[in-house]
Amino acid sequence: MTKIDTSNPAAVLPTPSHTVGPFYGYALPFPGGADIAPAGDGHEVVVRGYVYDGEGTPVPDAFLEIWGPDHEGNLPQVDGSIRRDPATGGYLGRNGVEFTGWGRSQTDAGGHWYVRTLWPGARGDNAPYLSVCVFARGLLVHLFTRIYFEGDPALASDPLLARLAPERRDTLVARPQADGTYRFDVRLQGEGETVFLEFT
Amino acid sequence: MTLTQHDIDAEIAAEHAAYEKRVADGGPVEHQPRRDYAPYRSSTLRHPKQPPINIDVSRDPELVELASPAFGERDITEIDNDLTRQHTGEPIGERITVSGRLLDRDGRPLRGQLVEIWQANSAGRYAHQREQHDAPLDPNFTGVGRMLTDDQGQYRFTTVQPGPYPWRNHVNAWRPAHIHFSMFGSAFTQRLVTQMYFPADPLFPYDPIIQSVTDDAARQRLVATYDHSLSVPEFSMGYHWDIVLDGPQATWIEEGR
Ligand SMILES: [Fe+3]
Repeated sequence: MTKIDTSNPAAVLPTPSHTVGPFYGYALPFPGGADIAPAGDGHEVVVRGYVYDGEGTPVPDAFLEIWGPDHEGNLPQVDGSIRRDPATGGYLGRNGVEFTGWGRSQTDAGGHWYVRTLWPGARGDNAPYLSVCVFARGLLVHLFTRIYFEGDPALASDPLLARLAPERRDTLVARPQADGTYRFDVRLQGEGETVFLEFT
Repeated sequence: MTLTQHDIDAEIAAEHAAYEKRVADGGPVEHQPRRDYAPYRSSTLRHPKQPPINIDVSRDPELVELASPAFGERDITEIDNDLTRQHTGEPIGERITVSGRLLDRDGRPLRGQLVEIWQANSAGRYAHQREQHDAPLDPNFTGVGRMLTDDQGQYRFTTVQPGPYPWRNHVNAWRPAHIHFSMFGSAFTQRLVTQMYFPADPLFPYDPIIQSVTDDAARQRLVATYDHSLSVPEFSMGYHWDIVLDGPQATWIEEGR
């Protein structure tokens, strides 16, 4: 039953999700995937952290997709995140000039990930945020979350953050570090479990 | 305390019975697996215990998640969808063509969207450093492809039939042959990564990953159909597999639905 009869709405049912498994590493990540910000833009932000499992062990086989607007809040519709080279079949990578808004960042052997992108601008009543989709071996359905930034006055009136108890809310807020980067950890389970989102 | 197939079979049966009971008691049809599915042991420490926070997208058209990243001709090369032509020689194995449509929940085609695939070779071995399975690598097969859907939402890959392979969930665990698929829709909320299977694989009942989809009809939607019209004379066997992305979209608002 895998030819969907689109003339019958009752037959159009979703394809179930599965884990990415352990061997996506040579298929989905691509060079420069986490370097989304064009060079010299002046609105760069680096967010970095770890992905942890329910025992607090770093997860070495996860990846995050980060998707966000430019610093004025505009969501780009610009392709070229992956850019392939038709001559060699290899990767050209991002051109470093255009902002596509999207990237992929895999955790390393220590469970650490990072993204270098533009400070997101606010959209509507929402405080500025980056949308994040988490994938991992063992995770049967991906998880959505968001990265907000500590110190932004708009956090106080954000519609999502307002619905959360303070300690849960804090899991969505990246904190500035001494080196100028922001720290954002993803805790898949247990103490300090990250708030995950479901869209309907 | 070795974990046997018999142990896993019992757990799979219990999960299935629990789902049937939920439905019999008036619960909804579950199209997606639960993230907490113990027979798949890797899920144990990697599923959230708190329920997700719901966001009703119809209340806010400005949500970042209602848009999706764009991909275009620059992001693929012409032969990225032919996994048999990525090396100087021909890969070993039975050539296959896999094709179908990428659809939204209203049955409308999703055009110009990125579809990425990866798979084991015909011996059941991934071209991945951490892969320990003692089956031969094929110097003429990497097992990675990508393409953009066309104006009808169609995709089409040429590859070789992947082999089943063992893994360490329990003693004598084998994955049914599958191709991993990753898809984008018109909203980031529609993001999907999954696996496509082949008809009548004898390993289905034993595999906790496919069985994590406890609804029988939903599980069938992961299995491609043999399609003789897709078979290419003197070249490849054809399989058809349509994909329906879940998740709300911005167009529902734009069209006032
Ligand atoms: Fe696999």
